[in-house]
Amino acid sequence: MGLETLFGKSIITSKLDAVVNWARKFSFFQYPFVTACCGMEFMSVWASHYDIARFGAEFPRFSPRQADVLFVVGTVNEKMAPVLKRVYDQMCEPKWVVSFGVCATSGGFYDNYATVQGIDKIIPVDVYIPGCPPRPEAVLNALIRLQEKVSRESVLEKK
Amino acid sequence: MSEVLIPKLKEKFSNIVLDSHSFRGDETVVIKLDALLEVCKYLRDDMGFEFLMDVTAVDYPGREKRFEVVYHFYSFINNYRLRVKVRVPESNPAVDSLMPLWSGANWFEREVYDMFGIRFSGHPDLRRILMYDEFVGYPLRKDYPLRKRQPRIPHPD
Repeated sequence: MGLETLFGKSIITSKLDAVVNWARKFSFFQYPFVTACCGMEFMSVWASHYDIARFGAEFPRFSPRQADVLFVVGTVNEKMAPVLKRVYDQMCEPKWVVSFGVCATSGGFYDNYATVQGIDKIIPVDVYIPGCPPRPEAVLNALIRLQEKVSRESVLEKK
Repeated sequence: MSEVLIPKLKEKFSNIVLDSHSFRGDETVVIKLDALLEVCKYLRDDMGFEFLMDVTAVDYPGREKRFEVVYHFYSFINNYRLRVKVRVPESNPAVDSLMPLWSGANWFEREVYDMFGIRFSGHPDLRRILMYDEFVGYPLRKDYPLRKRQPRIPHPD
């Protein structure tokens, strides 16, 4: 073990990024911005059968100031867009955004005057989940992808 | 049922009912625009149509009178339904509000105003209900551009 043996049993050495990212990726506090039917599927991911708690991301915060992952679940229309932007702006760094379902991702089949054609026109997005609605497995896959992404980041660099 | 309402209305309002048809028991009358309140008051007070189910509109771009405002009435007592239409010209798209007769007309008429730009005279609070206030134009008119977007937050592209 080399260096660590000099400090006794209670100290290990690691990289700062590895430690901080490990803590971050297993303790996501989500803000569920649920606007449409995808919310049902999101609840299913939450509940005991699919159990998002296995990934440490089960704890919803309904204040954006306490959340670090923004789940945009469902259709966002132009009327709602400033609200979404405001919620995003209120979240503290570091923060990530998951676009849940095809409506949030691209507008889906709501290709009309009222609907934002993808939330990435308003806020940056880290992970997109396709599907109408996505299966819970797809959501968990996206969460794992987000964890991988978080583990590649550096705490010393601003996102 | 289909032969009850139309003859009665035609008899009562012989020079107001412009057109009528009945399809599988659903009866429709087209009436003169300026007689709307009079007919509706009769429907409510004397024919038992106590429920205004829906107000909507249709845009027929080729017609002399471009819009049709469509009212759906229901009578709980008699289990009757009736559809009433009025034709509205584009030059002055204004209809009497049904608010004095049915309070429930409030939001329906705001929606029709929002989507088609048809004004309802006598409405106490005629402003957009679905779209945002900055929105320009009326999106369910047939000449509203299909691809036109009016984002409240400017899009980067």
